[in-house]
Amino acid sequence: MSARVSAVPSTQPLPERRRIGDRFGDLFLHGLTGAAAAAAAVLLGAIAWKIFQLAWPAITKYGFAFVTRQGWDTVHNKFGALDLIWGTALTSFAALLIATPLSIAIGLYLSELAPRGARTVIASLVELLAAIPSVVLGLWGILVLGPFVGQDLEPWLHRHLGFIPLFSGSPENAGMLVAVLVLTIMIVPITSSICRELFLGVPTELEQGALALGATRWEMVRGVILPYTRSGVSAAILLGFGRAVGEAIAVTQVIGAGHGIHWSLFVTGDTLASKLAEQYQGAVSNIQIASLVYLAAILLVISLLVNLTALFIVRRFSHERIGGS
Amino acid sequence: MAVDAGRYSLTLSRRTRRRKGVNVLMQALATLAALAAVAVLALVIISVARRGASALSWDFFTKNAATFGQSGGGVANALVGSLVIVGLATAMAVPVGILIALYVSEFAPPRVGDLVRLVLDVLNGLPSIIIGIFVYGLLVIGSGQAAWKGSFALAIIMLPLVARATQEVLALVPSTLREGALALGASRWRTVLGVVLPTSFGGIITGTVLAVARAAGETAPLLFTTSIAANAVTWDPRQPVLSIPYDIFVLSESPDPADHARAWALGFVLICFVLVTSLSARLLLVRYRKRLEG
Repeated sequence: MSARVSAVPSTQPLPERRRIGDRFGDLFLHGLTGAAAAAAAVLLGAIAWKIFQLAWPAITKYGFAFVTRQGWDTVHNKFGALDLIWGTALTSFAALLIATPLSIAIGLYLSELAPRGARTVIASLVELLAAIPSVVLGLWGILVLGPFVGQDLEPWLHRHLGFIPLFSGSPENAGMLVAVLVLTIMIVPITSSICRELFLGVPTELEQGALALGATRWEMVRGVILPYTRSGVSAAILLGFGRAVGEAIAVTQVIGAGHGIHWSLFVTGDTLASKLAEQYQGAVSNIQIASLVYLAAILLVISLLVNLTALFIVRRFSHERIGGS
Repeated sequence: MAVDAGRYSLTLSRRTRRRKGVNVLMQALATLAALAAVAVLALVIISVARRGASALSWDFFTKNAATFGQSGGGVANALVGSLVIVGLATAMAVPVGILIALYVSEFAPPRVGDLVRLVLDVLNGLPSIIIGIFVYGLLVIGSGQAAWKGSFALAIIMLPLVARATQEVLALVPSTLREGALALGASRWRTVLGVVLPTSFGGIITGTVLAVARAAGETAPLLFTTSIAANAVTWDPRQPVLSIPYDIFVLSESPDPADHARAWALGFVLICFVLVTSLSARLLLVRYRKRLEG
């Protein structure tokens, strides 16, 4: 056989059977992997469809007024999402307000300041913070952070900043503020590691040019790094926001299941996601379940909007940079 | 305007001093922020370890929870439950995730590949409780809870993680390897299965381990899919089972301090597992990438 092959090494066509096998194999693997990719897209569609299908009885019964109504009355089947939307917005925005400057500062430290040897170590420690399961963070939130907030932090804030509505009211161990802090801890590692990568991507010539012109390091950061990475950083913040809006477990554990719309961060409250996690066994009537899933549908729409916007910004940003260089 | 002496003096002008001061201040603040993040990590780990480690014992791992009304007991059922749920979820998510990554990096036209990546990113960004409700509506309504339904929910969470990690590693495989195989006359599918996939094996494993670490700590998808369970060890995925994160969730909301002690102990077990797996996976990934990038 080897003699036959060596006689005409280059022009000898492959044996017919192998050629067919290869063509079939190529087609099969292409088809199989393509089917898996299509399945992911179908899955995404199915999730949206199923959520709206389950919520449909509540959507038809309450209509859009559901979104603007307050209260969750399981006795008279009167449901509204406004309290929960308020809770979600207040906790998420407050968490972002703390997390954004922190994340940018951490990103700057890791990309510009940290000693070379310690850089990767500290960066991976910060990322490990994201690996802590939310339920463990929630446990710590109830039993350690909550009492500290209720007995030390809130009285202090109330004494010194009590004139701001956010810090009015009487301190409690569970409530919005604990949820805000827990959410901040969850967002910071995500946004700061994205920020770090963005800052590392700034061309060195630009940075050194600024320094050579006599700018201090901070002026270089303000004049070069931050403007250069502005859209990327805003996408990172949006991704963090999406995470905060969707977190159910840790928030349920610490927020204390309150109701009503208050400016104070000290009172107990609820978010869309935490309401869902609380009621998982409590829902009895069909309309009650449908109303709960209506909340999920609102949450889904918010998170899709936020994530798609962030991904869109990221894509445009990377295209701009690639096109520009 | 007087000839400014300051212009030629060697001492710093007030303006320069201020600029330098601001610079130092900002550097200090950035350092402080990083320190704060590390401190919070240490604080959480230490408080979980201090409260949880003491409750660990042989009985804790091998006995079931005490019957209703009594406190104490072990967590064998939750431990086995988590093992079953996460094991099955891995078995569901990993093959599909690898296939999707292969499609994106080896077969898809650039536009379609972009679209698939977008779908994966959107899936990754969905709140996990929504995925729980989806599986509840798809599988649980009408036929009840089961461990494999929880696994399905976790698999949806793992899928984008595995696919994205694999796809990133596949992108690192040098194109010379692919071209070499093709030039030798190997067909496309033999090149992919015989050259590309084995080269990226290490990266796929670490990606999978990271996804497992994430799934092992997820509670929200299990609330609706496998939470109402008998207090006994069962390996049968058709039965609903308890799991470690769900147990922590329930125990943490209980007013009984004995329950809190068990929650801390479980939290310690979970945090150890998650930190050890994700740390070692990260280290392996760094080494693996270095080797691949040469």
